[in-house]
This record gives sequence, C-alpha cells and structure tokens, in this order.
Amino acid sequence: MQLIHCPWCGPREEVEFHYGGQAGVAYPADPAVLSDEEWARYVFVRDNPKGRFEERWSHSAGCRRWFTAVRDTVTYRFER
Amino acid sequence: MVSRVSGDVVTDVLRPAGALDGWAGRFAALPDSVTLLAEPFHAMVDVRTADPAALERLVGAPLPGPNAWSGGERVTAIWLGPDEWLLTSPFLSPAELEGAARETGAAALPDARLAVVDVSAQRTTVRLRGAHARDVLETGCAIDLLPRSFGAGSAAVTLLGQSGVVLLGLGPSDYRILVRSSFAAYLAEWLLDAASEWR
Repeated sequence: MQLIHCPWCGPREEVEFHYGGQAGVAYPADPAVLSDEEWARYVFVRDNPKGRFEERWSHSAGCRRWFTAVRDTVTYRFER
Repeated sequence: MVSRVSGDVVTDVLRPAGALDGWAGRFAALPDSVTLLAEPFHAMVDVRTADPAALERLVGAPLPGPNAWSGGERVTAIWLGPDEWLLTSPFLSPAELEGAARETGAAALPDARLAVVDVSAQRTTVRLRGAHARDVLETGCAIDLLPRSFGAGSAAVTLLGQSGVVLLGLGPSDYRILVRSSFAAYLAEWLLDAASEWR
C-alpha cells in the first residue's frame, strides 16, 4: 500500500488519511453578491488536471491535522 | 470495596469499570511469548498548548516531540499532534490529574493559553509483552516497529487491526496500547486471534 508523508508524523499508510479535494480554493470575498451559477462553481467545480495537483489531505487516523500535498494524478506519486 | 449492612450489599467506593474486565481468563491462556494484560484504570487528560515546556513540572520532562512519549512514574505525556498531548496516570484520579495539569499550566503560562480536558472514559489500556509481541503487532500495523525506529519512548497514533490506537513502546518486546473503550473488545479479540499463530 502507498505511504503518504504526513508533515508531522512522517510516512504512514494511505488508509490513515482522508482526502480533502483541491487545495487553495478561496472563499468568495463577498458571497452575497454571487449569482447562483457563480456560487455553484465555487462549491462544486474543481480542476481535474492530468499530472501535478495540489490537494488537501487529513491524517485522520493519526495526528488529525490537515496539510497540503502535491500529487501526480497520472502516477499517484506524492511530491514532498 | 463492599460492606454488608444487615444483609444488604452496599458499595462504598465506585470503581471505574474497565472495558476489558472479564477478559483475564482468555488472556491467561496465551503462551508466554505473547502476554496480554488489561491494565488497571489510567486517568487520561487531553492537553492543548503551544508551549511544550508548560507542564514540565508535572510530567518531569518537557512535553515530547512527534511520535514519542515522555514522563516519569506518576504522569506520562504522549504526543498526539503538533499542539496536543495526552497525559496519563495510573495513580491520580481524573479530577486530580486535570487539576494538576491546569495548576501547573497556569503557573507556567500566566496568560493561560492552555486547554485541559478529561478524556479518561475515552480509552482503555492494554499491555502486550513477550518475545513475539512485535510479530503480533506487525500482522496488523503498518508502521515500522523494528527497535531501531520504534523503541522505548516511541509512540504512534495509528491503526492496529483497523482500529485506531495509541501505541507506546516501553522496551524491547514491550508495548502499551491505548484503544477506544468501545473498540477494546474488538481489538482484544483481534489480538487473541493474531497471537494464536505463536501458540
């Protein structure tokens, strides 16, 4: 099984982690002025690159902290 | 302690019931190379602070860094996260341990940036010892348990047999496992099954 490097605990098995989707999705500065379509884009629409992807991960069975990792979606390899 | 008053049984002192009370018979049937013991009640207190030196006077050592535990006979501190530790003590009551942590922390950090919560009911304690203790753990735990990377003083919050545990290395072939009380029976059953290989 793949090992994921937790910045606090070190390398741990993949099943200890929880996936949190794309990293760096900024909350709208003024959500009230967004149209329904713009709000839906913020909530649901994410990048789907082939290759390098910045993601949020949570070490849910360990230190329970969130961190950002870069994963290659083709090889599933993590960059440290 | 139980005293009899005119035929009625009156309980004077309520003792905390362990999640693995009643398992001693099955644990005793294990071979000497894998010994399981449901340890007596440990008071446990969750501490969150940014200053690892805050509880040095209570623990007897600075709060430990990642994947480690420290402490003396009375109080042990286990690293749970970058600003979170678990204090355990088999000698103090939960209220005493919580009070002591609050007092020590408040004395060291006058502006009191410290959160102390009694979590004694959350976990129960199992001791695993014997020549094959590591072999038993390795059948269901993915972290490297070789003594060079997980020896005395090491700790890990991880999965053992798919249940979340805090694993402490006490010495060669000597481990303490802190498991959620509701998972304790499952984990005990899992450990007994894993140990059957070395019977």
